[in-house]
Amino acid sequence: MKEQENIGNTELDTTNEEVVIKIQDLRKSFGDNQVLRGFDMELRKGENLVVMGKSGSGKSVMIKCLVGLMSPDSGYVEVLGKDINTLDQVALDELRSDIGFLFQGSALYDSMTVRENLEFPMRRHRKKFEGIQDTLPLVKEALENVGLGHTMDLMPAELSGGMKRRVALARAIILKPKLILYDEPTSGLDPITSKEIIELMRSIQKKYGTSALIITHDVDCARVISERMILLVDGVNYAEGTYAELIQSEDPKVNAFFKK
Amino acid sequence: MIDKIKRFFIEIGDVSYFSARFFKQAINPPFEFKELLRQCYQVGNRSLLLVATTGFIIGLVLTLQTRPTLIEFGAVSWMPNMVGISIVREVGPVITALICSGKIASGFGAELGSMRVTEQIDAMEVSGTNPFKYLVVTRVLAATLMLPLLVIFGDLIALYGSSLVEYFKGDVSFRLYFNTVFDALSFGDLIPATIKSFFFGFVIGITGCYKGYTTGRGTAGVGIAANTAVVMASLLLFVVDFIAVFVSDIFYEL
Repeated sequence: MKEQENIGNTELDTTNEEVVIKIQDLRKSFGDNQVLRGFDMELRKGENLVVMGKSGSGKSVMIKCLVGLMSPDSGYVEVLGKDINTLDQVALDELRSDIGFLFQGSALYDSMTVRENLEFPMRRHRKKFEGIQDTLPLVKEALENVGLGHTMDLMPAELSGGMKRRVALARAIILKPKLILYDEPTSGLDPITSKEIIELMRSIQKKYGTSALIITHDVDCARVISERMILLVDGVNYAEGTYAELIQSEDPKVNAFFKK
Repeated sequence: MIDKIKRFFIEIGDVSYFSARFFKQAINPPFEFKELLRQCYQVGNRSLLLVATTGFIIGLVLTLQTRPTLIEFGAVSWMPNMVGISIVREVGPVITALICSGKIASGFGAELGSMRVTEQIDAMEVSGTNPFKYLVVTRVLAATLMLPLLVIFGDLIALYGSSLVEYFKGDVSFRLYFNTVFDALSFGDLIPATIKSFFFGFVIGITGCYKGYTTGRGTAGVGIAANTAVVMASLLLFVVDFIAVFVSDIFYEL
């Protein structure tokens, strides 16, 4: 715990007010189930924003609307200055090259080696690597960033859960994105591995100056990594503030998140 | 009952839309040649042993079962003609396609289904790759291109199995057997059978991919996708076979 508090001692510049994600009145339903009921949010450049919510509260739906994996019923979604809902496929793919996405279950391609997994996003974004003939140094750099330089020729099935998550993180940063979206980055991992993942997320942010949106229900993860938090309750932005502010709240719905 | 009928027509509509999407994506660049070759290897090469074993047994059994009846009618010398025509026209393509639907359609269904459930397809999309083109188009094309080759291979093995029976039981040399078979066959036997094999391959590929790609969330969905892919593909194979025979009859007067 003590060590995690030290990690939380951020030196990052969060004074920059440039907005990288802007969501206004986002609504999404599945049949009669209204998941998002007018969600609003802003993420500023260089910031670590944590969105917390119960399972099924629509956190993953919201994050998928940000990268065009799901279409909202209504609402405005702007990512890196572009309105997602108006982009054609080519423009959306181009925008996606500036977004890294860490999936909840790592989502490594089973039939490919670790190296092929990392090279895969590069095949559609050659423009970003103009003049670079050999992708190996980039793959090595990304893997060394997550401490797995030796796993290049292994298959995902040969990796542990924590290693898979780190390889997935390396894949998320291979295109040098401006923004990284984390969907439950520590779910299913033991506390020590979770801490390692959180440390990696912070070191990557420091190294590349990325902004990060982290979806989680892990309070420890939120405490350590967040500079600002949003609580997603009943499909809306119910409460917003720093961890310290939210933990002192007397609202029972807010307190429910932090009860041990 | 009404709900079931409604669901059936909705499914037909979905498969049709999925097929239309396949054709649209298949003709537009970029083309995934490397993945297509890999899939051709997976579908073709990895099915060889299965097709060979089945073909050999079918040829053997068909000859053994038919022999007594032909002897009774004094027509045993017609054995190569009868077996050759029946294998090339119907038994070879249908049996090979059914065997392949068990292997290929279920494989596609399970593989794409698990990729969907574990968000690998979403990851592909986020990375800027069109997952439909990379996963579905390559697999359907591989099945469509490889099945006719597997059918031809299966036919030859089946004829070899049949010739073995004739060699040992009827003292017919391999040379005489195969000469008689090829004399009996005409283009009217070979061409429709080969063309319908392409359609069989397409049906197997599109059904397996459709079931896998659109599978529901959860691991149970993967099992259901694999299972229903085989059932649907097998059923559709007979429908396509009926249409193929019907159309062939117009052109070749079978």
